[in-house]
Order: sequence, then structure tokens, then C-alpha cells
Amino acid sequence: MTEKLLEIRDLHVMYRTDDDNIFALNGVNLSVEKGKTIGLVGETGAGKTTTALSIMRLLPDKVGIIRQGEIFLEGRNLRDLSEADMRLLRGNNVSMIFQDPMTSLNPTHTVGEQIGEVVKLHYPELRSDAVEAKVDEMMEMVGIPAERKTEYPHQFSGGMKQRIVIAIALACNPKLLLADEPTTALDVTIQAQVLKMMNELKEKFNTSMILITHDLGVVAQICDWVGIMYAGEVIEHGTVEDIFEGERHHPYTIGLFGSIPDMTKKTERLNPIEGLMPDPSSVPPGCRFSERCPHRMDICSTDSPEVIIRGTHQIKCHLFSEPREGVCLAEEKLVKGAAS
Amino acid sequence: MTNGNAAPGANGFAGSTQILASARIHQYKKKSQVKTIWLRLKKNRLAMFGLVVFMIMMGVVLSADLYMSYEDQAISQNLSQRFRPPSEEHLLGTDQFGRDLLARVVYGGRISLFVGLATICVSLTAGSVIGASAAYYGGKTDNILMRIMDVFLAVPNMLMAITLVAALGTSIFNLILAMGISQTPRMSRIVRSSVLSIIGQDYIEAARACGTSDARIIFRHILPNAMGPILVQVTQTVARSVITIASLSFIGLGISEPTPEWGSMLSEAKGQLRYHPFLAVAPGVAIVMSVMSLTLLGDGLRDAMDPRLKN
Repeated sequence: MTEKLLEIRDLHVMYRTDDDNIFALNGVNLSVEKGKTIGLVGETGAGKTTTALSIMRLLPDKVGIIRQGEIFLEGRNLRDLSEADMRLLRGNNVSMIFQDPMTSLNPTHTVGEQIGEVVKLHYPELRSDAVEAKVDEMMEMVGIPAERKTEYPHQFSGGMKQRIVIAIALACNPKLLLADEPTTALDVTIQAQVLKMMNELKEKFNTSMILITHDLGVVAQICDWVGIMYAGEVIEHGTVEDIFEGERHHPYTIGLFGSIPDMTKKTERLNPIEGLMPDPSSVPPGCRFSERCPHRMDICSTDSPEVIIRGTHQIKCHLFSEPREGVCLAEEKLVKGAAS
Repeated sequence: MTNGNAAPGANGFAGSTQILASARIHQYKKKSQVKTIWLRLKKNRLAMFGLVVFMIMMGVVLSADLYMSYEDQAISQNLSQRFRPPSEEHLLGTDQFGRDLLARVVYGGRISLFVGLATICVSLTAGSVIGASAAYYGGKTDNILMRIMDVFLAVPNMLMAITLVAALGTSIFNLILAMGISQTPRMSRIVRSSVLSIIGQDYIEAARACGTSDARIIFRHILPNAMGPILVQVTQTVARSVITIASLSFIGLGISEPTPEWGSMLSEAKGQLRYHPFLAVAPGVAIVMSVMSLTLLGDGLRDAMDPRLKN
């Protein structure tokens, strides 16, 4: 097993609002190995972005609170770092790509200045021609002619802006890149280009990446590992092969795959997962997914499931816990459900 | 940040020196920012008109010593020449003490324009720092800073300036300080509100994610984007401070007689308005011209500095 770059242990995050306390993350465990990409998948509100913001320690001030848990980056606990140390880390060791390239560039500065800024921030001793050279290098690397560095963000198309954002994120060769739905705002052809480029750059710099997305196709394309998130927990975790090919899956994962339209079949309707995510302001006992689960058992609404590990594959579901009466039956049913 | 971290970065930059060589061949059509702004400003006729008028006024005012005498024409009284209408000898006529009005307007501009612009510098700097940090940090900082500003705002502008000048003593420097401080609350409110509208933008979050320091985010990323309303306020404040000096002079705390100054010339001329209206016209036009040219220039500059409106 290769070295772990990032390790998140039992992370609980809460958003404190005037009306309610929103429990956004409830015991997230996640690790990222050097040079590997992990895809975080899940529906809206599952806590994917909150996980990324917790790593960056950019949760909204006084509203987002880390209640417990640790985040280790190369053995250092990020929660113990001072704000000044954390700032040195951001953009240099860990950087983040935001969802919407249209709004994540400052309209009043040229793109060259914006790429150069992050370099200057983390390498203040660098001479300005070296910074310029780095800017040129980064621009060429993301496939934009370096001459265009004197232009402003509004003079670029959406896909090009996202490339600039990626260039900024990679300018200091970060060890970990958090990509929060980097292709959601782009159209499909540009998506493919940007993903391909990110993949190449990632391999070139040996950067680890956490890719947050709704798109399972994207995950299959570029991720090594996958974490399926639901209601603030990672409910299934494994290699791409484990998730996409194995037969043992969390019922939610099966539902997620079931809701992708199949091009080869003629279907009238999509197959969504019935129901909605539980109210994040009250944490019910037992499994979070139990209310929507087609394989619900009595134990599901009382006890929180343990994480069942088999090789690289982890599932948090009662269906797979120690053999008990009736469980084998459920497992059979599940396999059948996946096959149909 | 141990050596282990520095090494890959250093390698990355060592590699980029080769690229530097190839970059030189590229030869960008690199225009400096000042030049770009100037090119765009040149297309804006109104702004150019404002700039030309303002430059002419500055030129006339600053070079006054070359073609007129401060002592003879603007200060010394000549009671036999009172209230002369405009003539060849006195282009704008003379005032109630027989002093040449043109000379007084020109020399008065030195003080009025200087004090007006300096007041802006004081209140803009203080207002930006206070307003921007209140908006950026929010919560307690916001509350404390803005409540202090509210206390200042509760005291009328004029009264505040009077108190400060009276406490510090009458001098041009104290006058500027007093007026700057009394304009600060208004400025900081404007800055705060326009900063608040920028702060939620994604690129501010993105800058934070790059490890940018707070001060840098405020001054480099937020303020340039919040410039519009601030610039409008600035041009208005210049006008307001010229008038304020006049009021202060009236109660003997501003610029004292016989030093010429537009505002006090205007208030002096008020008494003669019925029979000698031209006395009020000259300093009045001077104030209007300077304020108008600054406003037009300010508007044009705002447009020229906004890259989104390019071409």
C-alpha cells in the first residue's frame, strides 16, 4: 500500500444557523494516497463540498464548526495549525478548484496577474521575470497561448477560464488538489477536454486529487478510488473496480447507478431513488438511508451500521454485517436487484 | 514548510528558466496598465473634457507667480478701485477692497484645490481601511467600527470640524485633518456597503483558497471591484469640502483674511449680491468648474479602469 497523503478520521461538521443546527458531516473517514485520485460522489447536500472546505479550513466563520475528528496532511493535523501556517499551506500544498469558473476569477485583474499572484505569495523571493516565466509555463501547460496572459477573464470562454483556474491551482505544484465539480458549469465537449488535461497534469506533477462530482462517468474515467457519500457519511468506499464492477454494494449505490439512463435500452422513465435525504438538522438513530432503502430491516432504524471491510472495499450497511438470520436472503435479493 | 516541501517547488522553477528564454522570443504586445487606461480614457470625450479643464485650472493656479503678483494684486487693498466692473486692467473687476478678482480667484484655487484634494486623501484612506475591514471581518469588528462611525456621524459634520480645529489650533494642516476626519464616517459607510456586495463573490473565496492574506484580498481583490460608488463619493466630497472651508473661514477657524480662498470669497460676496453680482460669479464658477471637471474625470476613470467595459 502506498503512502497516505491525507487522512480524515471521524470528521463531524456542523453548521450553526439561527434556526437550526445542521449536521453536515457525521463521521467521515477518508484517505487519499500520493498521486491517486479519489472521487466523491453523492447527491446534493451529502457533504461533499463541506468535506473539501474542512480540509482547506475555509468553512464559513463562526457558522461552520468542526465538532470532532482529525484531518492529517502528511502526518500533520490541520486542525492544530495556526491560521498563518494554514495560509502558507493553501495554494501551495493544497489548492482548490471551484465549481463555477465564470465567477472564480477576479474581473479586474489580468489572468497573468492572477496566476502570478499565487506564485509570488508562496515564493516571495522569486524575481519577477521568473514569476512571469512560471506564468507562461502554466498557461502553455493548460493549452492557452502565453501571449494571452495580459487579457482579462471576460475575454475568455468558460472552458478557457476553467483552464486558467486550474493553472492557478497547479501553479505551486500542490500535493493535493481539491476539485469541486470542476466540469459542472462546462458543456460536455469542453468537459472532456478539461478532464483529460487535469488527468495529464495530475500525472505529470504526481498530485493527489479529490474530485467532487455528480457524474459517475467522470469518476470511471479518471478516479482510482471512489467514495459514495450520503447524508454526511461515506457509505461505500473502494477502488473504481470495487464500486463499478463488484456485486456487493450499498443499496444507495445501486440506486445511484440505477438512476443513470441506459442508452441501450428503451425506457420511458428514469429510475430515481424514492424519497428525499433525511433532514440534516435532526440526526435519526440507525442508518441514515433506512427510510429510502428497499432492503430495510428492523435493525436499520435502531442501530447505526458498522463499516464492513473486505479487501479495499468498505460498505456501511447492515446487509453485509456478520451472518445473521435473514441476512443471506437479503444479500441474494440485492445481487438480483443489481443484475436486473 | 520543511526542506522536503521546498525541493519540488525549486525544481519546478529551475525548469522554468529555460522557458524564460523561449518566452523572450514570443514578444508580447504587453501594454502597461497605465497606458491601457489612458487609451480607454482618451475615447471618452466627456472625461477628456474634464481632464483638460482640470489640467488647465491646475496649470493656471500653479504657474500664477509667473504672471501676477500675490502681494500687489491679491492682497494689498486699493480703496479707490473698489467694485470696478471687468475691464482691461482688471479682467474680472475688483472686490470691495479694490483687489483684483482674477488674482484672488487664481491664488484662492491654490488653497481650495489643495485642501479639497488633501481632505479626500485623508478621508478616503481612513474610510477605506475602516469600511473595508468592517465589511470583511464582519461580526464584532463590524459592529464596533461602525458604531464608532455612527457616533461620529451623529455629530454634525460642521460641528465636528469646528471642534477639531478649535482643539488642534488653526493651520492648514489641522484644517485638512479636521475635515478629513469629519468626512470619514460617510466614506467608510459607502466603502463598507460596496465591499459587502463584492465579498460574497466566488473569486474572493478562490483567493482565500490560494492562501492570499486578508490585507491583500481587501486591497487587491475587493477594493478595485468596489471602486464605482466610492469614486462618485470622492468627487462629491471635493465639492463639499470647498464649501466647508468657507464656512469654517466665516467663523474664523478656516483660512483667515486676507488670504484668498474660493469659499470665503463666495460668502463675502453674498452681502454685495444685489449691486455687484459679478463678485460671486467668479469664485462660484471656479468651484463649479473644478467640481464638474473632477466628476467627469472620475466617471471616465471609473469606466476606463473597469476591464469589463473594454472597447
